[in-house]
Amino acid sequence: MPAADVVQALATAYGATEAPLGVAVPADRLIEALRALRDRHGYRYYVLSTAVDRGDDGFEIVHLVRNLDAGDDLAVRVALPKDVPEIDSAAPVYAGADWQEREVLDLFGVAFRHHPDPRRILMPDDYEGHPLRKDFAMDTPWGYRPATRDDAGKDA
Amino acid sequence: MPEIEVVEREFGELALNMGPQHPSTHGVLRLTLHLRGETVVRAIPGIGYLHRGVEKLSESLAYDQLAPVFERDDYLGPTANSLAYCLACERLAGISVPPRGAWVRTLVAELQRISSHLVWLGTLGLDLGGALGGGTTLYMYCFRERERILDFMETLTGTRFHTNFNLIGGARYDLSPEAAKAAVALADRADAMLSELHAMAGDSAVFRGRTEKVGVIPRELALQVGVTGPVLRASGVRFDVRRAAPYDAYPELEFDVPTRETGDALARYEVRMDEIAQSARIVRRIVDRLPPGPVFSRKPIKNPKATRIAAGEIHAAVESPRGELGVYLVADGTAFPYRLKINAPSFRNLQIVPHVAPGLLLADVIATLGSLDPVLGDVDR
Repeated sequence: MPAADVVQALATAYGATEAPLGVAVPADRLIEALRALRDRHGYRYYVLSTAVDRGDDGFEIVHLVRNLDAGDDLAVRVALPKDVPEIDSAAPVYAGADWQEREVLDLFGVAFRHHPDPRRILMPDDYEGHPLRKDFAMDTPWGYRPATRDDAGKDA
Repeated sequence: MPEIEVVEREFGELALNMGPQHPSTHGVLRLTLHLRGETVVRAIPGIGYLHRGVEKLSESLAYDQLAPVFERDDYLGPTANSLAYCLACERLAGISVPPRGAWVRTLVAELQRISSHLVWLGTLGLDLGGALGGGTTLYMYCFRERERILDFMETLTGTRFHTNFNLIGGARYDLSPEAAKAAVALADRADAMLSELHAMAGDSAVFRGRTEKVGVIPRELALQVGVTGPVLRASGVRFDVRRAAPYDAYPELEFDVPTRETGDALARYEVRMDEIAQSARIVRRIVDRLPPGPVFSRKPIKNPKATRIAAGEIHAAVESPRGELGVYLVADGTAFPYRLKINAPSFRNLQIVPHVAPGLLLADVIATLGSLDPVLGDVDR
């Protein structure tokens, strides 16, 4: 569980609020908050970044960082609007965010400002669309439709 | 297309594509290497050739249907994938695992760690090739030992690779007394096996010449890039998920976390070899103290879509043979995960290549890559 004093410090300095597994920060304070975590609070190890598509509520970007000495994980999340998902890259702070953010860019279509190498990473370079978005069409030309969320609860 | 800078044709920089079809890239990894003579100036990894969209697929499969799917990710240590997923579901839904179930899961995980490290060493031998008996000698010895572990998996589960062993709430199969005996026999072979392999690899001047001071990852860089597992520990960081966030039987087991300070390919070799000895020790201990009782805490699963997990988020990780394998799960109360991210250790370890490759000789890039032990199924998911 994230240390309470770190959450408190982030709340006073960067307007962070408590959120599942860590804190939520305003989009424009993200890089400052990450830098403080790395330099002042000992969260020097980068674990993952990912995104969650919340439908009409836009996207959520999650950075998970770790304090190896305290053995403590902290998730820093940012809410992004659906129409212009764009955010500062964490790669200048944590080198490990480089590929992880490229994956988010590739699969969610979130743009990262100041990213050192903003290219697709898993899908082909000329691919259109972002597969992990919830509105990505899953109907395939050969007529097979995988089960969807609406089938939940219907008996097999 | 990945940009390749202007290449001088004569006596200048040469861009060389290594892979995606290249035997020493351990699958379908593409490396664009910019060479000046035989020295690498720049390395640009290209991945995604094995991308199967497992994360998207997991949004339309029910919780109980998913564990076998994830075993296809890291195909050299399959149960680690499903174990991370099962732990995430169990912790989020508050499903308990009976002690015996947790212990047999740990036993299988440790045996697979040995088998995965054996494949790694064997294929590293092939990569280094040449004076190591064409590389195939080491390879054959490693695969002979691994074969015994696969045979054990077959008697225990009926399959050799993708065992479908882990279930949300426990294990699928119980360890019979005969199987327990076989597991101890495997563990007891470890010492003899390790000295044999050391004689062929670590003690060989040729092997040392190819790995010592090659592909050095300094501690600071390792932390910054976030490499994990044996790669991180070979750079002097004592971090092991089994210690830092113990799961299943690990809180009650004694074992050492081997580390090295030098961060070169040889250090990574030594760490993995020491880990094999530790895994054998763990296996012996598990069989010694295996608690009685059931291995699965839930009723037999008849309708997978009946399993629902209340809304919430969790990050659960295991120490797979390649490092920390995390599952970030967002549940919304239905029978399907809302979002599931697999944080693959190979993906994180491969990220180090552009940082360490510049300045290396071409042949040393292959040795470095081999010592990172990437599994492309794990990288691309």
